[in-house]
Amino acid sequence: MISDNLVELHGLTVAFDGVKVLHGIDLTVRRGEAIGLVGESGCGKSVTWLAALGLLPGKATVAGSVRVDGQEILGGPRTVLESVRGKRIAMIFQDPSSSLNPVICIGRQITEALVIHRALTGKAAKAEALRLMDMVGIPDARRRFDLFPHEFSGGQCQRLMIAMALAGEPDLLVADEPTTALDATIQAQILDLLIELRKETGMATIFISHDLGAVSQVCERACVMYAGRIVEQGTIAALFDNPRHPYTRGLFDAIPRLDGPRERLIPIPGTVPHPRDLPEGCAFSPRCSHAAADCRSGRPNLSAMDDGRLLSCFHPVGHPAGLMQAAESRIQEAVS
Amino acid sequence: MLRFASIRLLRAMITILAVLTFAFVVLRMSGDPAQVMLGPDVPQESVDAFRKAWGLDQPLWIQYLAYIKAIFTGDFGVSMRDKASAMQLVIDRIPATLQLTIPALFLKVVIGIPAGVYAALHRQSAVDRGVILAAIFGFTIPSFVMGLLLVLIFSITLGLLPSGGQDTWQHGILPTLTMSIGGIGILARFSRSAMIEVMGQPYIRTASAKGMAWQDVVWRHALPNAAVPIVTIVGFMVGSLIAGAVVVETIFSWPGIGRLLVVSVTNRDLAVVQCILLMIAATMVVSNLIVDLLYGWLDPRLRAHSAH
Repeated sequence: MISDNLVELHGLTVAFDGVKVLHGIDLTVRRGEAIGLVGESGCGKSVTWLAALGLLPGKATVAGSVRVDGQEILGGPRTVLESVRGKRIAMIFQDPSSSLNPVICIGRQITEALVIHRALTGKAAKAEALRLMDMVGIPDARRRFDLFPHEFSGGQCQRLMIAMALAGEPDLLVADEPTTALDATIQAQILDLLIELRKETGMATIFISHDLGAVSQVCERACVMYAGRIVEQGTIAALFDNPRHPYTRGLFDAIPRLDGPRERLIPIPGTVPHPRDLPEGCAFSPRCSHAAADCRSGRPNLSAMDDGRLLSCFHPVGHPAGLMQAAESRIQEAVS
Repeated sequence: MLRFASIRLLRAMITILAVLTFAFVVLRMSGDPAQVMLGPDVPQESVDAFRKAWGLDQPLWIQYLAYIKAIFTGDFGVSMRDKASAMQLVIDRIPATLQLTIPALFLKVVIGIPAGVYAALHRQSAVDRGVILAAIFGFTIPSFVMGLLLVLIFSITLGLLPSGGQDTWQHGILPTLTMSIGGIGILARFSRSAMIEVMGQPYIRTASAKGMAWQDVVWRHALPNAAVPIVTIVGFMVGSLIAGAVVVETIFSWPGIGRLLVVSVTNRDLAVVQCILLMIAATMVVSNLIVDLLYGWLDPRLRAHSAH
């Protein structure tokens, strides 16, 4: 029987020159689901998936377990990773213009993936590449097949990256901040494209972003990361309606609201600590207004809450789901 | 394209004219050919007659105009020493020089580039450190020291190879080696740093993420990008095919252009020196032009740039 779990990360750690930047990530991606990874720059969102696919530079030390359909790919021979990349898990990156090879025409860059994963060559490969270019919304694909990346705009380059990623018909697409380098209007188009393609192909999506709004549009579930750890994980509804980790809460408080009265934004004080000098206990405690003595001495584990979310905090904010419902019903009673 | 070509051609001509003018002025300011040719104890009348015969009694600008006019009609002057056509003297020496510089260029390219690329792909390994060390050793030792060192080892100590002359092919080995060692070092260093930079680019990560085999990533995605800076250096080496052997030919008594240049400068043999400089400038200009065209072929972004 094929398990519902497509990719399983267990205790994934990464260290650069002996400095740990990822402290044991556990994450399961089920077939067809979309998970958001959010957090400030440097929290380990991208590193998690670059490490899983063996795409980090040689000085990185990766440990733990990465299973695709139950098969371990971490630490295996290079060929195992190469057979997973592009075919099972495809990845697109933040800066599409520099992620495409400047000296190879775009058509060839897409057909390369078709040759590797689908054994298409010659005219068949070209026809399929043109179909993919059409599918991601590149107008006049036939004429532009032989053009080079610098002859496309940033948004079109990201569409081409997506076409290339789709070439291997992957089960999982990891989109690493795919809209960060793009204009706001183009961002919306790329998000729509990702949502649309997921509907059409049924592939699972990991959406890495610091844009909570974008994550809520694309994903059903999200993980909030801080200093190389997942600190809260749950459904979009749970996280957005009732963030429990003070850091998650801080992220929401820092978003300007377009509706409602004008309110002063509440920034999270301080900055993300450098991986080299992480504080004792909870890494967020120096910036946390709820931190108590125990936060500075011990580190809370990521544990399951009653409402199904995972949380790593001794003194969470907001209301547990049960209390929330009770409070709501009391308010209802009082009003009536 | 036609406009691009004509601009390049005009630029090339201006470069050559500038070199010729500079050589003309410097040669005439830095010593009197009559004195050098005739020696210190000749009577003044002989000196005057020599100057008159070679037109050296004219004002400098008249000499210059006459010289430029002659060049445009294909007359490159006559050697004051041999009374033969200066250009013919130079052309006769070119094959000897190319016998050294072409094999040296070949060695630089086939050893330097692969060594640098290999070192870059195996960064921080023992091979990488070895390549860096050898490269620094190669290009920091001046060729006259390297030449003498090789003579000391292979001619004097081991007695394996001749130390000078041009009689057999074995005579060419030491000068060729001397000339190539520095270039191998330079190319290894450049190829290594170009390759390291390219391997760190996001598009290399994309190619790997696509599932390409590592050797394909290197050959198809990395090397074409690293080629641009490498071609620049190789182009410079091609431009030095004529001029690059001055010191080495002198050390190994190799009868090429380099030695002719040294002898002619010492003798203030104006026409010959000017001819050699013209040759050197022309080779450099032509190789630069080829490099420019190669840039466009290698990198489509530069193609677009030069078309505008």
